[in-house]
Amino acid sequence: MAEALKDRSMVLQKEMIANHFARLARAPETGEPVVYTFVPGNLTELIRSFDALPVLPEINALQSGMRKLSGDYIAEAERAGHSEDVCTYVKCDIGMMRSGNLGPGGLKLPKPDLLLLSYTGCYTFMKWFELLREEYDCPTVMFHVPYQGDGVLEPEHRNYMLRQLKEQVIPALEKATGRKYDEDKLRHHLALSAKAEDDLVAVLQAGKNRPSPIDGYFGTVYYVGPIFSAFRGTEEGVEYYRALRQEVEERAALGLGPITPDGPLEGERYRLVVEGPPNWTHFRDFWKMFSDEKAVVVASTYTKVGGTYDFGFRHNPDDPLGTLADYCSGCYTNLNLPTRIEMISRYIEEYQADGFLINSVKSCNSFSAGQLMILREVEKRTGIPGAFIESDLVDPRYFSAANIKNRLESYFQMIDARRLGKTA
Amino acid sequence: MGSGDAPTRAALVEKARDIYDDLDFGAVRRWLADHPGRKAAGYLPVYAPREIMHACGLLPVGIHGGGDRLEIIRGDAFYQSYICHLPRSVIELAQSGRLDMLSAVLFPSTCDVIRNLSGMWKLLYPEAYVRYIDVPQTPDKGAAADFWESELRRLVRDLGRVSGHHPTDAELRSSVELYNETRAMVRALYTARRERPWDLPTEELYVLLRAGELIPAEEFIAMSRDYLAAVEAEPRRPRDNSRVVVVGAFCEQPPLGLIMSIERAGCYIVDDDFLLGNRFLTRDVPLDGDPVRALAEAFVSNDQRTSVLFESDPLGKKRLMKECVAAANADGIIFATPSFCDPALLDQPMLRAGAENASIPCIAFKYAENTGQFQQFREQAGTFADSIKLWGDA
Ligand code: SF4
Ligand code: SF4
Repeated sequence: MAEALKDRSMVLQKEMIANHFARLARAPETGEPVVYTFVPGNLTELIRSFDALPVLPEINALQSGMRKLSGDYIAEAERAGHSEDVCTYVKCDIGMMRSGNLGPGGLKLPKPDLLLLSYTGCYTFMKWFELLREEYDCPTVMFHVPYQGDGVLEPEHRNYMLRQLKEQVIPALEKATGRKYDEDKLRHHLALSAKAEDDLVAVLQAGKNRPSPIDGYFGTVYYVGPIFSAFRGTEEGVEYYRALRQEVEERAALGLGPITPDGPLEGERYRLVVEGPPNWTHFRDFWKMFSDEKAVVVASTYTKVGGTYDFGFRHNPDDPLGTLADYCSGCYTNLNLPTRIEMISRYIEEYQADGFLINSVKSCNSFSAGQLMILREVEKRTGIPGAFIESDLVDPRYFSAANIKNRLESYFQMIDARRLGKTA
Repeated sequence: MGSGDAPTRAALVEKARDIYDDLDFGAVRRWLADHPGRKAAGYLPVYAPREIMHACGLLPVGIHGGGDRLEIIRGDAFYQSYICHLPRSVIELAQSGRLDMLSAVLFPSTCDVIRNLSGMWKLLYPEAYVRYIDVPQTPDKGAAADFWESELRRLVRDLGRVSGHHPTDAELRSSVELYNETRAMVRALYTARRERPWDLPTEELYVLLRAGELIPAEEFIAMSRDYLAAVEAEPRRPRDNSRVVVVGAFCEQPPLGLIMSIERAGCYIVDDDFLLGNRFLTRDVPLDGDPVRALAEAFVSNDQRTSVLFESDPLGKKRLMKECVAAANADGIIFATPSFCDPALLDQPMLRAGAENASIPCIAFKYAENTGQFQQFREQAGTFADSIKLWGDA
């Protein structure tokens, strides 16, 4: 982000993250237990209730991408025999580990005391932790979240998850941390989560304003960072989202557009909905291709991978384990294709978008397999033509700026032509 | 062959090959025509409970893509270039009407591609029954069995609705028995090949198994029995080939030409994971007690290890190849994986490290089911076979 922009929320986030990584770096001395887990379906409140610190390998991978380190890490993993065809997050993580395991900020990451495999919405997660288990030689606990193949969380599936939480996950956490499960403590963290979630939803839904005071994709990946990673269920998280909401509501009241790396965006011209993760190695250039054209993303699906709060879900302290199961099951990539299509169509309507774009990333079958079908179905349902571009998460070899720019330019021209057609 | 004579090996292989080659699923269509009022249910790789389809009166039909015999016209419009070939060829089969005889299709949890394909099916073919089958992945056997039992009961109920026939326990039990027999037959074929690979070349065994995915279980058993008898009647001479295990081909199937190339390059395939669903349950399912519970427990207590299941033993991956090579008395491993196949490719570094620690020679290549050029594979496999022979005795 641009140096000049010093909103309170940004300062807060920076501090929170720096403190977290500093604490992680000190963990081998302080003895704080460390649990590695994934973003979708993360059980941060539960981990925190054991006074353990979460590490999210995907976040480390995306940070490595933004810091232009991922290319080398991926090469390192491929030299060690990992296929060029598979998810680049995994290879980036493995390459990082083999290159000294320096996390964002250059501090060394501690080894995990437990790999908490929340198997939610992505097959690769399973292999990722099998691979890490080989490297770290530490316990792994599997938490299998059934896929919503029929578009609903089935009661038997919920029971299955509850049982695993009680009989597998909690005992594994007890063993790894040496602490007893404390349900009241979990409730406390869940209540904090719900508070932050309310504020997050207010921020996300600010995209319904015209102009939108937020960018619901590029800007919002920063906004969801704390809640999707280590800070859900924490006091810092609550404070961050309160501050963020205030700022966003102020901007909305003043009729201001979103803040971009090149300053505030004025004169919103295109309102878009985006499906698919962003590219991290060229994140800023990618965003600029939109902001230069005054295109604002009003809503996106990627910002729902760590929870789909905008359709009503909140962590519920009155049903501590049940709410964790509901949360895990409802993460975006655990939803079937018809539900994803429904969601995008709804965003287009509710956020009054005049376009939608799919960024298909090579790495991720969880998102990408089926996206051409999503494109066609959403077009059919909303009558709005979509655009399709291809890149990768953290492999710099698969980002072709010229191609993407051309594609976007012609897409914006098409939207203009349609508008003229409509008003003519 | 004269009438009344036992069928020859060549005749049996030709028959199996015709069934396998027929992308219009003539065998399935004929069965439907011969059984008015009955229906067929498809299933994708890797494992689907065929007993339940059968007990509901449905003909189970394995869907394995179109191999190298299908031109992809529509399928490519559904998938980006960096996604494996299987789903596009399955969509091609469906969009060209070749799967229109299926009243239900089951999508086992193999990977995210199959998962999302189930949603596509729901949208494209709303009249078919579609179920994503999430097999249990927890090492807690109690929770796993309860979960899988509830999934199976749902299938019994739903498929019963599709076919209009809700099976009794006795019918379920007799289907379990039939598939126990099927699996025993597959095991017998695999054992015979392991012991005398010159007598049961994989190019023959494979088409037999592929035919078995499209015909009733009873027919498959009879055909296999005839085949084994024909093999006994026409023994062949062993050659000085290297014995290899082929690993990684459990979902998108290799083209037959690739299997033939490996064999003609001087390798005997003595174990493989082609059509793995066939051998997924490694032991007979007990016939006493509740049949659905028995099926669920058989899945949970089975010792099949594959990339599509979570490996809870930290040493499991390291040991797997060594154990597999020892059981098959093999000399080396060919990792043959479909391009872009997450399960196979993500597992490979772990499996390969285990194999190399045990000093087992390995080679790896990637294929697509529609690969047409085999020269390169043949050369690689040939060099591999030679090197095994050269160094094996050293
Ligand atoms: S495949 Fe997709 S969802 Fe899975 S780890 Fe990779 S990027 Fe994440
Ligand atoms: S070939 Fe591999 S990636 Fe493709 S559908 Fe099968 S298991 Fe999935």
